Amino acid sequence: MDFSLNEEQILIQRQVSQFIQRDYDWEKRQSLITTELGFSQENWKIFAELGWLGICLSEKSGGFGGSALETMIIMEEFGKGLVVEPFLETIVLCAGLIDSCGSEEQINETLEAVISGDLHIALAFTEPQSRFNLADVTTEAKLDGDHYYINGFKSVVMNGPSAGKFIISARTSGNQNDEEGISLFLIDSDFPGISSRHYPTVDGRRASEITLENVKVEKSSLLGLKDKGFKELDNSVDTATLAICAEAVGAMEVLYKSTVEYTKTRKQFGQEIGKFQVLQHRMVDMFMEYEQCKSLLYMATIKKVEDSADAKKSVSGLKFQVGKAGKFIGQQSIQLHGGMGVTDELNIGHFFKRLTTIATIFGNTDYHLKRYSEL
Amino acid sequence: MDLVFSQEELDFQDEIKVFLQSEYPLDIKQKQDKRLPLDKDDVIRWQKLLAKKGWFAINWPEEYGGTNWSPTKKYILGNELADANTPICIPFGVNMCGPVVYTFGTEAQKKQHLLGILNSDIWWCQGYSEPGSGSDLASLQMKAKHRDTHYLVNGTKTWTTLAQHADWIFCLVRTETTDIKQEGISFLLIDMKSPGIEVKPIITLDGSHEVNMIHFDNVKVPLINLIGEEGQGWAIAKFLLMHERSGIAGIAALKRELKRLKEISSTITLKDGTLMEDLIFRKKIEEFEIELTATEFTELRTLSAISKQGSPGPESSILKIKGTELQQTLSELFVEMLGYYAHPFFVENEIGSNECIGPDYASSVMPHYLNYRKVSIYGGSNEIQRNVISKAILGL
Repeated sequence: MDFSLNEEQILIQRQVSQFIQRDYDWEKRQSLITTELGFSQENWKIFAELGWLGICLSEKSGGFGGSALETMIIMEEFGKGLVVEPFLETIVLCAGLIDSCGSEEQINETLEAVISGDLHIALAFTEPQSRFNLADVTTEAKLDGDHYYINGFKSVVMNGPSAGKFIISARTSGNQNDEEGISLFLIDSDFPGISSRHYPTVDGRRASEITLENVKVEKSSLLGLKDKGFKELDNSVDTATLAICAEAVGAMEVLYKSTVEYTKTRKQFGQEIGKFQVLQHRMVDMFMEYEQCKSLLYMATIKKVEDSADAKKSVSGLKFQVGKAGKFIGQQSIQLHGGMGVTDELNIGHFFKRLTTIATIFGNTDYHLKRYSEL
Repeated sequence: MDLVFSQEELDFQDEIKVFLQSEYPLDIKQKQDKRLPLDKDDVIRWQKLLAKKGWFAINWPEEYGGTNWSPTKKYILGNELADANTPICIPFGVNMCGPVVYTFGTEAQKKQHLLGILNSDIWWCQGYSEPGSGSDLASLQMKAKHRDTHYLVNGTKTWTTLAQHADWIFCLVRTETTDIKQEGISFLLIDMKSPGIEVKPIITLDGSHEVNMIHFDNVKVPLINLIGEEGQGWAIAKFLLMHERSGIAGIAALKRELKRLKEISSTITLKDGTLMEDLIFRKKIEEFEIELTATEFTELRTLSAISKQGSPGPESSILKIKGTELQQTLSELFVEMLGYYAHPFFVENEIGSNECIGPDYASSVMPHYLNYRKVSIYGGSNEIQRNVISKAILGL
């Protein structure tokens, strides 16, 4: 049993951490989120040059064959800088899916461009009625001759605006909530019949509503097996859930530490407010919740890597705890910063906003407690 | 990072299981399985069996009869013993007095005391708290006045666990009145048979006699019973606090009891299914289980840090708080599970009761719930633990 990182992993961690501290300054991040793209393609190219975009993809796909552990390391550091570049969406969710079930042609066509930083992808898997149920799919793909015709609507597609390609979940057979009968399609985002409405989200990122009207796609656009897309989708979302929890743990660390530092300088009633026991104990609770989440993150990540029987259950346990702790740490950070905590100027509120969306993305605490129970 | 046990560790796990099958006395096992009280002799017999196998003083250095085991190996033993619900070893001798004696004691003191602890021939108790000194331990007042051949000890110790069984007590005493109250404290070993000692039982909420108040009235204690030097007592007490952290959260026992809670609540039927299938009750169990898993891995991270760096990381300080919170929550869930059958209550002299009304698992539940209110108070209350983390880790 061992909870330490190996030399290569320490190197990656150091590299990402240095980038965040040196090159990802807060002012720049704040001006980035007001641009049309919402992030820096320049930064993205740096990620590519440093090899981060391919770390967790398999060697056959041109990657370095890393695992969920390397993803965890990168995402935890990204969480500390509140990085808005769509690593989770393009790399973890989409490139991961293509890597695991794409045809040779699909892999060749997309992953090289992804690893070099030239292509973004978005996973369009949610619909207005589906909430967190990946099997609730009404978008339909009908085979007619050599082509599929896709009709439907996808909501709040993360990273939609910058995506050159979409991965769409669509029903090729079965009823609305059946796991069987869901297929995935990898298609260009500008195919005729696709219309998108782009918008910002509360955490400073970007998403889209996507309408698909008789979108005609080649049979070869099918990603993985026909009707068998659910399992791949579920696996990919599971991996991404781990990754987003790592991001949350990074964000929680910044929040509890910044709050501790702030209370050492802010004076009221003639003393630093960090001297008040009621605040000290609150911050100890924040620290403990953070450490407990970190413990579950390590556990769930290692179980994923070791392919344990209870790997998925562990992810749900983690996501539940992260949702709970993220809310507690986020809200208390604002509370202890007082009026400053509610300003747009201070970074605290922005970390809080991201933790708030993370609590919902891929399933909220209620959903994951239920899933934990069922698995 | 990995969660894999080495082949050697797996073999050790098997060895423990084999040992338990052949050596764990059936009469003790039956009492433990039914959650009935153990006699003093049961505990001693079990500790002696472990000692004979070399599995008792595992934290001691080899030269004093201990081991050179890795933290993981110690963890495995603790886990297997708790999983089999074997008796809890009384920590005051083996985990507290022993380490103090071999670390700060003279050769003569080591010779006099270590073997008795190792073989469980001498039962030790801990004399720290006083009626006026609870969380503020350093305010203790029990005096030990230096005379020619002895210390003259006067004062009162309280909350002394199982002092009614004890042969010896280790005490923090005040040998000097100093401006800084920590400086006048010394560490003294006292024979419980000394004239002038009176042990009075304190009966707790659960009706048990677990703790005591001890009065010391002009008790003469030989000078050679002082450990270290006069005034070093506080440093020794702090050393003890740091000494044994692993296992403090009681994770393995919690896992065993959680399993039992699930099993029993699966046999209790409601209008539409079992209690275990009741969404609201189940939700509590699952939230508990997730928190328990988090604490388990916080403990494992600590063990891993000790193996690599020789000292626990900051996460170790969480274990007392989280562990005791979990212990109390679980004891509460058991009471909830029982419904009305939590109410029949028989007071006996010893912990728990042999009487049983309703299902046979019922009788120990309420006493346990009541008894476990103590865990967030003893060993440095959870509020004191938060003060410690705030100061030592957060730097506040």
